[in-house]
Amino acid sequence: MIRRPVDTGDPDRLYTVTGGRSRADDAFDLVTLVVSECAPTAGMQSEHARILDLCRHPTAVVEIAAELKLPITVVRILLGDLLAMGNITARHPRAAQSVASLPDSALLQEVLHGLRRL
Amino acid sequence: MGSAVSELPSRRTPLADAAETGLKIVIVGGFGVGKTTLVRSVSEIRPLNTEEVMTQAGVGVDETHGVAAKTTTTVAFDFGRISLNERMVLYLFGAPGQERFWFLWDRLFSGTLGAVVLVDTRRMDDSWYAIDRLEHHKTPFVVAVNRFDNDPSRYSLDEIRQALALPEHVPLIDCDARVRSSGKDVLITLVNHLYEQAMTREMTP
Ligand SMILES: Nc1nc2c(ncn2[C@@H]2O[C@H](COP(=O)(O)OP(=O)(O)OP(=O)(O)O)[C@@H](O)[C@H]2O)c(=O)[nH]1
Ligand SMILES: [Mg+2]
Repeated sequence: MIRRPVDTGDPDRLYTVTGGRSRADDAFDLVTLVVSECAPTAGMQSEHARILDLCRHPTAVVEIAAELKLPITVVRILLGDLLAMGNITARHPRAAQSVASLPDSALLQEVLHGLRRL
Repeated sequence: MGSAVSELPSRRTPLADAAETGLKIVIVGGFGVGKTTLVRSVSEIRPLNTEEVMTQAGVGVDETHGVAAKTTTTVAFDFGRISLNERMVLYLFGAPGQERFWFLWDRLFSGTLGAVVLVDTRRMDDSWYAIDRLEHHKTPFVVAVNRFDNDPSRYSLDEIRQALALPEHVPLIDCDARVRSSGKDVLITLVNHLYEQAMTREMTP
């Protein structure tokens, strides 16, 4: 497939970046923190390389999407690839592990402490 | 939209290496109600924006149909963040209250701690829908009235509570989205509310 110039919103581009896949890895929440386990390698898909570069420090999925100017779904697909290759680790949010599990008072207390220090 | 996206990745402020828990709070309201302003006033980074696309048939549609045949919906939203401590980071999302946005709620905002409904008293109708949807999604929320200087009405909070048919247990407060301390108070009001709910739950056998 011929790689088209990068331009958000072009469906062809999304198709190219993801190799035509549309099923995202739902394990990645917007605020899952991603950490690189290795440096980008030569010949790696450029989006994969950029993610590994960004995630030398923990970086939320939503920040990766904003930096790469790619929709969340596309980023989730790319992260699924990197996870499968063992190139990243993911720190998933506690609160989002199940829709029904509400945050406990101890967690909320910590949030309050943090906010009061602002 | 799109113009606020950072162009200098090298100038990003990274999170602490110990950061392990991401948390979400959503600020929802009608157009121009001050969502981005509120996010900006409390965020440690300049608000960034991003988007989610969705095909008509939903994600994971049969791949044999091909991309071109699908109609896509795009929802854009912006966000900021607050590092609460070395381990915990809170993301604040400013999200539009229109219909197509709620379609994506579960995919984007399941597991959110809670929401702030930002209200402009000159366009209170916009808030109805958001309140209704949050109740539907069982997301706890507070309502914050962003007071604009040129609002001639100056409805009291009691009048606004009535107009929105807001139950007594939902906190309702005034704010000025441009002011950091005011934005901080809004967040504390929400998390306090969540804390009290959690305490009640934990006390009830
Ligand atoms: N006077 C006054 N102006 C405000 C206040 N909050 C926001 N504004 C102004 O109102 C305008 C809209 O604010 P935004 O924060 O962009 O609103 P928004 O909800 O993000 O708007 P959209 O994303 O376009 O829906 C901006 O020009 C703000 O400077 C406020 O409390 N008082
Ligand atoms: Mg905005």
